[in-house]
Amino acid sequence: MSYSVTESSKRQKWVAGALVILYAVITLVPLGWIMITGFKTPPDSISYPPKVLFEPSLEGYVNLFTTRTRVSKETLESLPPPDNFAEEIVRNRDMVIAGPSKFGQRFMISVIIGFGSTFLSVFLGTLAAYAFSRFKIPLADDLLFFILSTRMMPPIAVAIPIFLMYRNLGLSDTHLGMILLYTAVNISLAVWLLKGFIDEIPREYEDAALIDGYTRFQAFYKVVLPQAATGIASTAIFCLIFSWNEYAFAVLLTSGTAQTAPPFIPTIIGVGGLDWPAVAAGATLFLIPVMIFTIMLRKHLLRGITFGAVRK
Amino acid sequence: MSEKTVDRVAGATPVRIARKIRGLSDRAIAWIFVGPTIFLLLAINIFPLIWTVNLSFTNFKANRINRAVEYVGTRNYERILNDPDVWLSMQATAHFLFWTIFFQVLIGFTLAWLINKKFRGNDLWTTIIVLPMMLPPAVVGNFWTFLYQPQIGLFNYVVAFLTGRDPSSFEMLGSVDLAPWSIVIVDTWMWTPFVMLICLAGMRSIPDYIYEAAEIDRASKLRQFFTITVPMVLPFLMLAVLFRGIENFKMFDLVVQLTGGGPGSTTELASIHLKREAFEKWRTGYSSAIAIVLFVTVFGLASIYVKALNKVKER
Repeated sequence: MSYSVTESSKRQKWVAGALVILYAVITLVPLGWIMITGFKTPPDSISYPPKVLFEPSLEGYVNLFTTRTRVSKETLESLPPPDNFAEEIVRNRDMVIAGPSKFGQRFMISVIIGFGSTFLSVFLGTLAAYAFSRFKIPLADDLLFFILSTRMMPPIAVAIPIFLMYRNLGLSDTHLGMILLYTAVNISLAVWLLKGFIDEIPREYEDAALIDGYTRFQAFYKVVLPQAATGIASTAIFCLIFSWNEYAFAVLLTSGTAQTAPPFIPTIIGVGGLDWPAVAAGATLFLIPVMIFTIMLRKHLLRGITFGAVRK
Repeated sequence: MSEKTVDRVAGATPVRIARKIRGLSDRAIAWIFVGPTIFLLLAINIFPLIWTVNLSFTNFKANRINRAVEYVGTRNYERILNDPDVWLSMQATAHFLFWTIFFQVLIGFTLAWLINKKFRGNDLWTTIIVLPMMLPPAVVGNFWTFLYQPQIGLFNYVVAFLTGRDPSSFEMLGSVDLAPWSIVIVDTWMWTPFVMLICLAGMRSIPDYIYEAAEIDRASKLRQFFTITVPMVLPFLMLAVLFRGIENFKMFDLVVQLTGGGPGSTTELASIHLKREAFEKWRTGYSSAIAIVLFVTVFGLASIYVKALNKVKER
């Protein structure tokens, strides 16, 4: 029987596993609570003691996507019977649906700004990373450090002049303004991560292509890019998650047409304070894409969160 | 004459090579590739930073554009030194930084050590544990205010259940004593996986033969832990602390949603204080000076720390 000193004993493994699973379960409770609160009715959500077993309801989701007005009993009775489940849920609370809420719109803005800035930062980042990886650039280390150091600034510190600058340029509260801003924040991550990925591609491939008569640009486009595809994809997901999660710039620089969902979700107000099931429903819809991306990224997660400093 | 030579050479050159000559030089490509990135960073990061420096010497107020702007010399900076609010926000930041890093290192390292026992399914559980750190802090912070509700909140209920206290007898977010800890708890919940992942990478980078050699020398497991595992993981751990330190020094979104800096100004971290000065009181000049002081502090502390980190790495 083979014996290894670094292999832990069965009992140790069992205890370690149990403790880690315990931690994982505890850490999941707040997330699970968000998700189930989205399916509670408002009274259930604020009951004491907190309800684990309850009758699921879509009221939170209906409230999330609609605005409602309270009507008198007589008006309610004079209306034709509700034609869909959403109307029925709302009528039970003596209200009628007045129109769609802003959530769908804010969600779309998040998608547009997220994808726009991700595309731009990965595009620019790939070019810069390739140049840093393959060419002799004067003061390359200083430039790379400069690119990284832009990440150390508190967002609020640059928000003041950006606020003024955008006001002068007419970029405040526009999609383009936010896309450019998030690109500027993400590009340091993109350059550092992609440089690591491109460094790992052997130079010999390109050299062979150059000898075969490819131009430098063709070699980059036809040889390096396909090789770096995984790296580019995971960098893109990191950029997307950042833009998706960003709050400080969004809340300070936008108010309407370009405001993403994070500043909006906390402002969902119901009757008499926050409508927690609606907030939870919005949070759930907003969190799920990030969770899926995290699971997709798990192999490159460490690299992404440390700007490529730690590679597994 | 010379043009004719060129033409002749060009005509005689195979198409492949000619195309290469016509293509851009590597040097030109390098600048074309790097240029846009540098330009964007100059326009959206460095230019605003210089503007902030400039504003910090004025009495400018962004909500009154028509008022004449005067240069006031270093008055804004002198005011910072005597402003008790700035010092309070620095104290709140220090408390937040110290305790979040303390708990995250303690729990993160322990978890990494346990996961490194390689029990079955450890990859799956690692992925699950990592989830909170990728989520939008503002949305998570907002939802934690629900968990922290006195009486109806799940957090209060669980604490009450475990300690036998009345769940409405304490307010995590509303009381001056507990609010600084409520933000530490949420940040620790979110970011412990980060420290864990980095420690785990450190532990996995230690080759087995070092432990085997220690075993042959009959070093006890405890001794192996303190003379092999801890020193080899230390550079990784220090890197994790650097990242968490910078991030938490800038902390804004999570805490703004949780407490908004309150009650009073007990959880008013540096960034939140700055936001209040800049976008609520509209003291643009003064807040620019605070921003510069913060930036210089982060940059200075990070540089000193990186020097220490490099020394540990060299050892």
